[in-house]
Amino acid sequence: MMLDQTDRRLITATQAGLPLVDQPYAQIARDLDLSEAQVTHRLAAMQARGIIRRIAIAPNHYALGMTANGMSVWDVDDAHASALGQQVGALDFVTHCYLRPRARPMWPYNLFAMLHGTTRAEVEEKRAQVRALLGPALRADDILYSTRILKKTGLRLKGD
Amino acid sequence: MSRKTLPQGALDATDRAILNALQEGFPLSPRPYDEAGAALGLTGAELIARLSRLREIGAITRFGPFFDAAAMGGAFCLCALSAPDADFDRIADLVNAHPEVAHNYARDHALNMWFVLATPTPEGIGETCARIEAETGLTVLQFPKLEEFFIGFRVAA
Repeated sequence: MMLDQTDRRLITATQAGLPLVDQPYAQIARDLDLSEAQVTHRLAAMQARGIIRRIAIAPNHYALGMTANGMSVWDVDDAHASALGQQVGALDFVTHCYLRPRARPMWPYNLFAMLHGTTRAEVEEKRAQVRALLGPALRADDILYSTRILKKTGLRLKGD
Repeated sequence: MSRKTLPQGALDATDRAILNALQEGFPLSPRPYDEAGAALGLTGAELIARLSRLREIGAITRFGPFFDAAAMGGAFCLCALSAPDADFDRIADLVNAHPEVAHNYARDHALNMWFVLATPTPEGIGETCARIEAETGLTVLQFPKLEEFFIGFRVAA
């Protein structure tokens, strides 16, 4: 799935965010010397192709009081992992939920769910809710709290 | 990204409704703030003013398109390694020096360093892991996503 030069310019122009003006797409168009229709059509096409997952807001969990964050990990029976993952992902305190390969013997877990709360006790309470939801398909679980952010950068596109 | 918590009362019910609604998506119409605002009982100008403030006070980290590196021909992969405690900071520096490392977290587990690689090609993941292994002498485990379940994050309205 190739991106042309104009798509790349659009990505570069919008990756820091959408302009907070009445007609943001018209402004981007002016900046890139395109028409507004070209901008919206290309953004829509990229959305249809899955290159843009969505145009949306990303809340800052920390600022909103969600200072306890744990990566909960679960060893779930493969036969039920996909259906149960869907249910875990639908819980309103779970942000990211993924099925990933195990790395036995060190890592028996295949379902990852980020849990957010105002305190660790609250996160543990939510973890108990996930455990109850997984029921008999669950074989083992753990939770990994982050102790330090070592690096954090946004998406960087190579400028080719 | 700020790790400070906003004071109680920094957000009102409308702010919380905006945070919830705009996680779902945003229109590609000529006056998208008017359209998104209407659903929340706000004018476009009011929505813009609130979004500016939410950004200013750090309640949102980003507002705009979210790109999928994999769909652009690149790849993302969650990776982990076990760094000996005495050597942890040196290992972190070696890992972070790679521009492919998008973020990196210390976590309380035998696998104590978890980082995400973003590379322009799928092969880049294995190549970067191999370089990190050669530099650190440690095994890098790869946990690529097989399936994703996204719903988002709700703030109490």
